[in-house]
Amino acid sequence: MHIPDGFINAPTSLAAGAVAAGGVGVSLRKAAQTLQEKQAPLAGLVAAFIFAVQMLNFPVAAGTSGHLLGGVLAAVLVGPWAGCICVAVVLFVQSLFADGGLTALGLNITNMAIVGVFGGWAVFRLLRRALPATKTSVVVASGIAAGLSVVLAASAFVVEYALGGNGGAPVGTVLAAMVGVHTLIGIGEGVITALTVGVVLGVRPDLVYGAQDLQAPLVLGTRNEPAGEVR
Amino acid sequence: MRSSNLRLFVIAGLLVAIGLALVVSGFASSSPDGLEKVAGDKGFLETAQDHLFADGPLADYAVKGVDNERLSTGLSGLIGVLITFGVGLALFALIRAMGSGSRGDAGSPGGEDAGPTRAP
Repeated sequence: MHIPDGFINAPTSLAAGAVAAGGVGVSLRKAAQTLQEKQAPLAGLVAAFIFAVQMLNFPVAAGTSGHLLGGVLAAVLVGPWAGCICVAVVLFVQSLFADGGLTALGLNITNMAIVGVFGGWAVFRLLRRALPATKTSVVVASGIAAGLSVVLAASAFVVEYALGGNGGAPVGTVLAAMVGVHTLIGIGEGVITALTVGVVLGVRPDLVYGAQDLQAPLVLGTRNEPAGEVR
Repeated sequence: MRSSNLRLFVIAGLLVAIGLALVVSGFASSSPDGLEKVAGDKGFLETAQDHLFADGPLADYAVKGVDNERLSTGLSGLIGVLITFGVGLALFALIRAMGSGSRGDAGSPGGEDAGPTRAP
């Protein structure tokens, strides 16, 4: 999913750079206003975890592989604003590994850190509203939203290719091929995201931003209080 | 109790990430990814240009000078995880500092953030 230099022309790349800068800028401001103390180290961990799992390409159909993008995983764990920053940090660091072109950084941030994160987060919110308020719903919604976020990010690439793609491939066939293969990759994204969210929900449910509404009534429990102490 | 739990959680998570990047990465599929495959099939793969850092010390998730492929990939992954974690920690600490004062912080008890804000 990482676009190298050359696929998309300079004007479109520049425009995407502006979108990326604006999106990350707003996310920085919003994260500063909302990020809780305990979420800051967690967000660092989420970025490192996404970097690691992005290295794990899994095979999909005929000689093709895919890897986690991590947008919905990040958004569900630390919220969409910090999540956007996590994915952008990963994309920056990956430049050191010559992964994703430098002139394409704005395109890649737009697709994966903005469309993938906020598009996926919107799907997650819709699903959460439709499903019962349980941990299982959070896991299911995470998985489905993550899968769809990959298709959304792939579609964003096709928009960019339509605006300024080099090589002259017909946009319709690029769209069909991109959506087709990324639907398969999205299944992997959904499974990895659901598993990871499920594990964190099992160990430290209070750390899952996307499940904070479930947490509120549980916080009142007195299990960890010394017996007899009344608050 | 809670904050030491959090530290433990973050350290455990980091160890998992390191394990994945250091060891499991050597077994990842080396087939082209979705975009690369589509670009090849639809005939625009050759418009890709070399990355500016294509000859860099960590290019293509390999550490220059380490010949064993799996080890080279694994070490590059370890370096990447540590850099990402370091950059992330520093950046999010900075973001927290940026927001102190404008933040309600219902979740975290008092502390340094309670200082400069004026009570109504």
